Formats: sequence, C-alpha cells, structure tokens
Amino acid sequence: MHDLTVAELSRALARGECSSVELTRALLARIERLDAQLNAFITVAAEQALEQAAQADARRAAGECSPLLGVPIAHKDIFCTRGIRTTCGSRMLDGFVPPYDATVVERLAAAGAVLVGKTNMDEFAMGSSNETSYYGPVRNPWDLERVPGGSSGGSAAAVAARLVPAATGTDTGGSIRQPAALCGVCGLKPTYGLVSRYGMIAFASSLDQGGPMARSAEDLAILLGAMAGFDERDSTSAERPLPDYRKALDEPLASLTLGVPREYFGGALHPQVGAAVEAAIAQFQREGARIREISLPHSSLAVPAYYVIAPAEASSNLARYDGVRYGYRCADPKDLDDLYCRTRAEGFGAEVKRRILVGTYCLSAGYYDAYYEKAQRVRRLIRQDFLDAFAEVDLILGPTRAQPPPFPWAPRGTTRWPCTWKTCTPFRPVSPACPPCPSPAGSPRDCRWDCS
Amino acid sequence: MAVDRSLIDKLAHLARIRIDDAEVPEVERSLNRVLALIDELQAAPTEGVEPLAHPLDARQRLRPDAVTEGDRREAYLALAPAAEAGLFLVPKVIE
Repeated sequence: MHDLTVAELSRALARGECSSVELTRALLARIERLDAQLNAFITVAAEQALEQAAQADARRAAGECSPLLGVPIAHKDIFCTRGIRTTCGSRMLDGFVPPYDATVVERLAAAGAVLVGKTNMDEFAMGSSNETSYYGPVRNPWDLERVPGGSSGGSAAAVAARLVPAATGTDTGGSIRQPAALCGVCGLKPTYGLVSRYGMIAFASSLDQGGPMARSAEDLAILLGAMAGFDERDSTSAERPLPDYRKALDEPLASLTLGVPREYFGGALHPQVGAAVEAAIAQFQREGARIREISLPHSSLAVPAYYVIAPAEASSNLARYDGVRYGYRCADPKDLDDLYCRTRAEGFGAEVKRRILVGTYCLSAGYYDAYYEKAQRVRRLIRQDFLDAFAEVDLILGPTRAQPPPFPWAPRGTTRWPCTWKTCTPFRPVSPACPPCPSPAGSPRDCRWDCS
Repeated sequence: MAVDRSLIDKLAHLARIRIDDAEVPEVERSLNRVLALIDELQAAPTEGVEPLAHPLDARQRLRPDAVTEGDRREAYLALAPAAEAGLFLVPKVIE
C-alpha cells in the first residue's frame, strides 16, 4: 500500500479497498520502523493523524469524494500547524506551538488530507543538503551515505522512502527542486503568488514559495489544485483564475515547443546528468514535442544575485526572533541588548548567522546600492531572458542540478555553503515568474560518483 | 572589500548576534568567500535597467480599513518566554 501514488490511493479509498484509518496506521507503522535511519521527520503526529483519518472516513461515509480525502501527507516543518510543534529546523523555535494553521495546511485539511507529521529541513530553509537542521541531518533513502538535498530534504526523503505518498515543501533558491532531484521524486516550485504564504515561516520574501512534492506529475497536479488560490491573508497572493491542473495532464505533447538553454549544458554539468537529460529530451521528441535550442545569456549571474537578495531579505525577516514574543530566550540576560544578542547567538545555527551577517552587510549604509539594488537590476535582466525565451517556446527543459546526488557527509561543523553554489547551481532562482518543475530523469540509485 | 574584525563587530552589532572571539576567524573566512562570489555582480551591465522587486510587477493590494482579526491576546502571550499582566516582559530598559 505504501508504494501507491496519491491518485492510486484515492481510487483505493473510493472503492472501499481500505479505509483512511487503516492506511494511516500502516504508514505510521512504516515511519516508526524506518525513520530512525532517515531522520526525515521532526515530529510525528500519530494521535491527530488517526483522528483526522477517522474524520475522513466519516466524511466519505457521508457521501463526500474528493481526491485527497483520507490520503496521508506530511508538511515541511516550516508551515504552522495549530497545536503541533513547528520548529523550522531551528533551536530558536524548538518549543513553538503555533496558535493557527497556515493557509496551505488549512486547505489540504479541508480537502481531506491527513497530516501524519512535520518533516525535517535545513534551519530556516537555509541550506541545500539538510545538514543545517538543529534536529540532525536527513539521509538519502537511496543511499544513506548521501545527502537528500535541501532544504525540503525531509519531505523529499519521506516521499522517496514511501513513508508518505506526498508532502509539502518550500522553495526559495531550489529547496523543492533540488531535493526532489536528489531523491528521485517530483517537485514543483509554483509561480510566485500562486500558493498562499500565510503561516509559512519567512526566509526571503521575494522568492519564497510553497509547493508540492510527490512521486508523479499527476499527484503534483492534485496537490497543487488543493493548495493554490488567492488568499487575502497573504498580501503577495495573486488574484488570477486557476486552471484545472489535472485535466491539463491529458494534453498531448505534440503541440509543444520545448526550449533547451545552451547555458545549462557544459561547464560543471556531470556527464551522467547530461546523459539523463538528453534521454528525456529524446523521449519528449518521440512524443511529438519540438525541441529548440535557446539562450538565457544572464544565467551565470543568477546565483550571485540570489546570494545577495536571499540573505538581505533573510536578515530583515529573521529580525523578529528577539527572545521577547516567542521562541528561544537566553538565560539571565543582563540587559535588553544582551537578551537580543545572546538569544540570537544561541538560538540560530552557524549557517543562519552567516547569512544574516551577509544580508546585514548588503543592506548596510553605503553598500545597499552596490549590492541589493544591483542584484535587483540583474534580476530584471534574468527575467527578460526568460520572457524572450517564452516568446519562442512553451517550456524550458534542463537539469535541476549540475551534479548528481552529492557528497559524502562533511565532517560536522565544516561549512558546505561555497560548495553548493558552484556545483549545485540553483538554476533560475531569481526569476520566479516561471514555475520550474523537476521530474525524475535517471535514478539516484544508479549513480556512483566521485564528488569534489 | 575584505572582511576584517572591525567589520564583523559592526555587522554583529547591527544584526544583534553575539560573536565570540573564537568564532571570528571562521566567520571572516566564510564572509570573504561569499563577498567574492557576489562581487561577480559588479561586472553586469545594468545601466538604465530598473530594479525588479516583484516578478509579476504586482502592486500592494489595498483593503478596507476595518478590523479583520479577533482578540487573540491570550493565545499570543502564551507563546512568550516571559509575560505578565497582559504584557511581554524584558529586562529593565529605563533606570
């Protein structure tokens, strides 16, 4: 049963082949048995899950039938859940129990999904290997010696290990796409403004976006259909009509032109990744899609721009953790300044502190124009690249990550940050006007590589 | 510009994060690496290019000036590390 997709489970539940309570119990047992090796969950909410499952069964008995009714899922621990601890992977929020649900949580619950638990993640979503979590690293289920990617690494690992059929994630500079790629599952960073961020703990507000992770494109469509839509509680939520994503899956590829950016090939691209993408391109061609080479000339500036914009916005967003209103507070502060400085020194991990300091630098008097404003200008150049490309093509196709599932574990305490931006290149991180959606090409299990 | 001890002290103060002496060399190294990377932006030709703050060029939405949320003071105060009589408690600010 654990191997079924959301769509398949939905049919099994509708046909009465199993109840949501049976299904939820089976997955909870699987989590109990396997997660000690993976560390994909920070909190398992078994009791609440079984209650929700019983409610779903009652709703079905009363005649309701929606695709997510009774299907167990997990939420990344960045989404606030009323009454269930929400940590964001940080000591700062270790004991934080939100008094409200995020809109995404509310909507998926309304659709009948059963929340089994909260998944592990890089602290405040800052990382691409899941090694910065206060709750310890997550292991890649295909190879426990490898990282699962990050920051939504717990969600990716849980979905890949068949602990849940689907989970939510968030993506600022690759945090859904990259772990989806490294764990061999599907993930989608929706268009900015499509999915409400109310109750989603902020990292970099001009980039953050929540989205689904699952094992098929159909499941992503089902999840996104339930998550997306205007929310007046999120001031950046877009008011626009929603298509029927599931219906769109049936459209033939023959009508589509796929753009393949030459900048995404060569350079740091690992030959095995390149070969997997070439095979995917050939598959799309056989299905009738036209392929056209395109250029995104400012691609190489995306990562430097990202590493200005994201830390700058993070330094501002994370100013709220002051030891006064919620979260961690240091012991015996001698005055207010000491309270702030020690709370933040003790509550944040090294990576988060580094990014706050970088952001503080980029926004400080005398440097704002040279860094933040410059990056905002570069971002317009990058967006223009995409607008030009989309005048010619319907979709853009490329590798999610230049390198295969990395690297053996770094000794604890060493910094992985510089490693990630040269090798992992979160492509198009600052042009969120187009939604990137990785799907598995090649299995992480088949790969054995030397990692630099 | 290269990061040195005095810049780190200034940033740590602005960000309200205490940095112990033992941490300084590692912070210095990592900030220098990051700044070297983001300095690649300086070569980008951006003359006459407007900064982009929102990918869809959206404008801030306005809503009627009316109370939309009920009183949840007790729920929020319950999250505070220290609260009393409806107030957040902090160390003494005024002597």
